Amino acid sequence: MIHATSLRKAKRLREGTSVSSKTVLASVGFVLFILFMLPFALVVINSAKERSEIMLSPVTLPANWAQLFTNITDVIQNPNFSFWSAFSDSVIITVVSLLIIVLFSSMGAWILVRNKTWWSTAVFMAFVAAMVIPFQVVMFPLVQWLRMLGGFLGIPLLRNYTGILFCYLGFGASLSVFIFHGFIKGVPLELEEAANIDGCSHAGTFFRIVLPLLQPTAITVMILNGIWIWNDYLLPLLVLGPNGDVQTLPLAVSAFAGAYVKQWERILTSALLAMLPIIILFLFAQRYIIKGMVEGSIK
Amino acid sequence: MARRRPWVNVLFLAPVVLAFVMVIIVPFVLGIYYSFTDFNGVRTTLTFVGLDNYRNMFRDPVFLHSFLLTLQYTVINIVLVNVVAFLLSLLVTSDTPGRNFLRAGFFVPNLIGGLVLGYIWQFVFNNVLLDLGRSLGIAALSRSLISDSGTVIWAMSFVNTWQYAGYIMMIYVAAIQGIPANLMEAASVDGANYPQRVWKILMPMMASAFTVTLFLTLTNSFKQYDLNVSLTNGGPAALFMGKPSKASQLLAMNIYNTAIASKRWGDGQARAVIFFLVLVLFSLVQVWMSKRKEVEM
Repeated sequence: MIHATSLRKAKRLREGTSVSSKTVLASVGFVLFILFMLPFALVVINSAKERSEIMLSPVTLPANWAQLFTNITDVIQNPNFSFWSAFSDSVIITVVSLLIIVLFSSMGAWILVRNKTWWSTAVFMAFVAAMVIPFQVVMFPLVQWLRMLGGFLGIPLLRNYTGILFCYLGFGASLSVFIFHGFIKGVPLELEEAANIDGCSHAGTFFRIVLPLLQPTAITVMILNGIWIWNDYLLPLLVLGPNGDVQTLPLAVSAFAGAYVKQWERILTSALLAMLPIIILFLFAQRYIIKGMVEGSIK
Repeated sequence: MARRRPWVNVLFLAPVVLAFVMVIIVPFVLGIYYSFTDFNGVRTTLTFVGLDNYRNMFRDPVFLHSFLLTLQYTVINIVLVNVVAFLLSLLVTSDTPGRNFLRAGFFVPNLIGGLVLGYIWQFVFNNVLLDLGRSLGIAALSRSLISDSGTVIWAMSFVNTWQYAGYIMMIYVAAIQGIPANLMEAASVDGANYPQRVWKILMPMMASAFTVTLFLTLTNSFKQYDLNVSLTNGGPAALFMGKPSKASQLLAMNIYNTAIASKRWGDGQARAVIFFLVLVLFSLVQVWMSKRKEVEM
């Protein structure tokens, strides 16, 4: 629908716009594009220089591009950065969080939609209302509470995967339940009743009938939460600690930049390594990422 | 449905509700309680101090300065991000060659976390711009824009706009594409020029998109932390009400530093509660005003 209108509009406008104004628009767009990309270009250029070369001039092209690989190897092997362990921790935390957020939020949202009682309305309203709570107002008590809870249960919840995954499920829940709730409302009840009559259990109905239908919504939920979790700094800082065994990429970059103040060839190379995974992902899944982030915001 | 079993309800709802309650609701309630105590993050026996933490914060010039800076930063961002994003959205919905390419390019900064971007821009402000100023002889660039207390907030807003405008632009693009093309065309036939068409037709038709984008830019700027830490870490030093203060320490950073660096968790928590109340108040007023405008249009 949107595509049809935009295509029609584009066609009409193309007929109506003169060649000269088209050239002006194209050059404005081109200049803006260069300006937007400039900081990234500066990172790449200066990641391929030695420190003295950066000091001499940060805007000239590097004398020897091979220095890029020297810097990358140097940063990856630097024990203060431990790139591979931070990278794998970030991947594990993001992927597992997304799986549990999608699974448990959709299960919960389904129950809330299919039960029209006072408690389902109350629980749903609580999820929606909690969206206004900023992280800052819960972060200190959260750390204290996780410490107390961990001591009480005998399962440590700070400085390990368990605690942070549990936190991401909790913080991701509001928006995810809300988005799934909106979609499941549109799933015809007859579909589930038919499965029931055919002998499918109540729980089975969800996993065999409803969950497969949720795939496009699940992608939106994963993109919204994924970008946030991958880049998140404050929650890992508080729950994992600045020098803990488990370190995400933002924590590692921050520690590294703190250890090598003004050693820009190192800091910029670490920034480049931290940006690369998400830029590569964007190149392949651009359409889904933009659509997911825009849809999630409008809802 | 006859086969509905209560235990399925409980089992399906339990994980997400449990995590939500444990991570948000309990800490939220605890936080309000802690804000009235001498909570220091270590001791478990707390003394009730009444409104002391709240009184302290309004006597602390550094906090008051942070508060005003955050308001200033939020207002600058709301205007800057939305104006830039709207103009970009007009550009990429016109018939510019390579508009899809431009869209993706403008969107990219938004994919990268504020922390990493802050270090990159610190390099741009402290090295690249200084070098350019030196070689081109531009006096205004002889000093880093982030080590001058007069320009640092503007420099941060500039970076925030660069990071966030592409995202807001996409929301405008979605809204513009939802408007029937023949409306703009009819106005064109009636003799309305391009600015008139944008002002009288496009913008009123996009009223609900503005409600969303104003809300997003408001809350995003008010809660800014990551970029603040890595770009300026609150600096440079400044004077406020005759007391030493910090020229770019936004509220979120003030809250964190009060609790963690100064080990005054109770004070930090009271500030966080005020931060929450102000944010909710501002958001409600903004949404209410935007919705009223939507109806008028």
